[in-house]
Amino acid sequence: MASWNPRIEEMPLDELRRLQFKLVKSLVYRLYSFNDFYRRRMKEQQVHPDDIRTLEDVAKLPFMYKNDLRDGYPDRIFTAERNELVRYHVSSGTTGKPTVVGYTERDIQNWSESLARAFSSCGLGRGDVIQVSYGYGLFTGGLGAHYGAERVGATVLPTSVGNTERQIELMQDLHVTAIACTPSYLLHIGEVAEKMGVSIKNDTDLRMGFLGAEPWSEQMRGRIEDWLGIRAYDIYGTSELSGPMFTECTEQQGIHIWGDLALVEIVDPTTGEVLEAGEQGELTITMLQKEALPMVRYRIGDLTAIEEGPCACGRTHPRIGRIRGRVDDMLIVRGINVFPSQVEHALLEIPEVGRHFQIVVDRKGALDNMLVRVEVSEEAFSDKITELMVIKKVVEHRLRSSLNVSVDVELVEPGTLPRFEGKSKKVVDRRSL
Amino acid sequence: MEKSYIVKQISIFSENRPGRLAAIAGALRDAGINIFAFSIAEADGFGVVRALVDRPEDAHRRLTDLGFRVSFTDVIGVKMRDEPGGLSDIASILGDAGINIEYAYAYSGKDAAVLILRVDQAEDAVRQILGHGGELLKASLFR
Repeated sequence: MASWNPRIEEMPLDELRRLQFKLVKSLVYRLYSFNDFYRRRMKEQQVHPDDIRTLEDVAKLPFMYKNDLRDGYPDRIFTAERNELVRYHVSSGTTGKPTVVGYTERDIQNWSESLARAFSSCGLGRGDVIQVSYGYGLFTGGLGAHYGAERVGATVLPTSVGNTERQIELMQDLHVTAIACTPSYLLHIGEVAEKMGVSIKNDTDLRMGFLGAEPWSEQMRGRIEDWLGIRAYDIYGTSELSGPMFTECTEQQGIHIWGDLALVEIVDPTTGEVLEAGEQGELTITMLQKEALPMVRYRIGDLTAIEEGPCACGRTHPRIGRIRGRVDDMLIVRGINVFPSQVEHALLEIPEVGRHFQIVVDRKGALDNMLVRVEVSEEAFSDKITELMVIKKVVEHRLRSSLNVSVDVELVEPGTLPRFEGKSKKVVDRRSL
Repeated sequence: MEKSYIVKQISIFSENRPGRLAAIAGALRDAGINIFAFSIAEADGFGVVRALVDRPEDAHRRLTDLGFRVSFTDVIGVKMRDEPGGLSDIASILGDAGINIEYAYAYSGKDAAVLILRVDQAEDAVRQILGHGGELLKASLFR
């Protein structure tokens, strides 16, 4: 498919690298001068902006982690003034504190530009109607996809999540041709449609999906494409980078990471050493043009590899393969990131239950179901079923509000939950992708 | 004096899965504790086993030591005629007096049938039942 921005997307690799170096250089000088947090980091690592003499010297720069955002809550590491911000998005942190991402007008423009290139590379454009079934609101998915799709001239149907029957009716009535949602939600749509007597393949104009915000597999792609009669493209991003930013092109051979916006490195999760193309490691991204919230060598925690060689589509920018897993214990439930530490944190504030817990994630039909098993505390144990049911509801409500995803709670007998630390016992993931 | 009819029931939290009642009953058997009556109230994935036993304090300690979540609840045991109308008599006394029954279970023993009641005002209930010529289990039966 034709490039949205051919000058950039098809830029010769050496020219792209020169551009990246120029952008890194100015980013580092800017941060060193104006960002106390990152200057301190650089000094600790004994690196000065003058030490960055080639693109490879980026490896001398200190890493950033999600905790840096949490510690800097809400906007202490921002590099734009409050009155320059045009938007906030908020995502859940690893514990009780959320992380806030701010955007200047230019940040929003670059985010949309990134997705405009990505959507175009899959053939989305004027004349298409895209149903955005990612959540709208504090979550970046809905508004991110929305702006990107409007940019390429597609018509956006902002359905957000839920009310699936209605989504299917609108999909038919408004001749929707593309959808952006989690792969599991698309499977759910397919199932609900069948129950309504609607075949997505034969009774709708849907021809492509941008699926992401949770891990999925080639096998699942095959199933979705055959069953629903569409092309299913992987879409990637996280709120710290802005939101969903990058997709595959029609070749479906890896996700293009626009090099003028983001510098991608794959590092050894233990040593932090930069790995070669083709080697699996932790995805680390430097956002080269972000104004409000800089991200330098941000360790995302996702495991993947850089795909070697140029893409048949003619775009020169590096590609990453499918996300193979996580370096930490983060779970993705219905597209929402969940850390077991958040559950632990929330439970500490609920005296009716003990601090031990177990998370069981399963798939009911196409959708994820998260169960949290907790022990009733001695003080709270009541002979009355109604009071125990209230405890269950209270815990469900509290977990829901701190995790932003609905949770079933099961009350279990004391002493039956695993006592020692470690993901293997605290989290049971029964989903198969 | 009403207090001498208020009996300690033990209530045990139990997950709703095979073997849990056996574990509770086995623990009481091993301690030589006799169960007069019991019931199971079930909810979503869990339940509460309620029992009247001859030595509630011992049972409580024993089960707690084994890791069960146990509590005491005040109940009353009302003797009923084991013939048609027996339950109706008792229920009418309480209903007329405006006393609400939270839950109840019954057993039919050697001498009489006994209705075990959890009510919102236990002492009132005792007075009403005795006042209408009813008979109650004495707390001294349970040590």
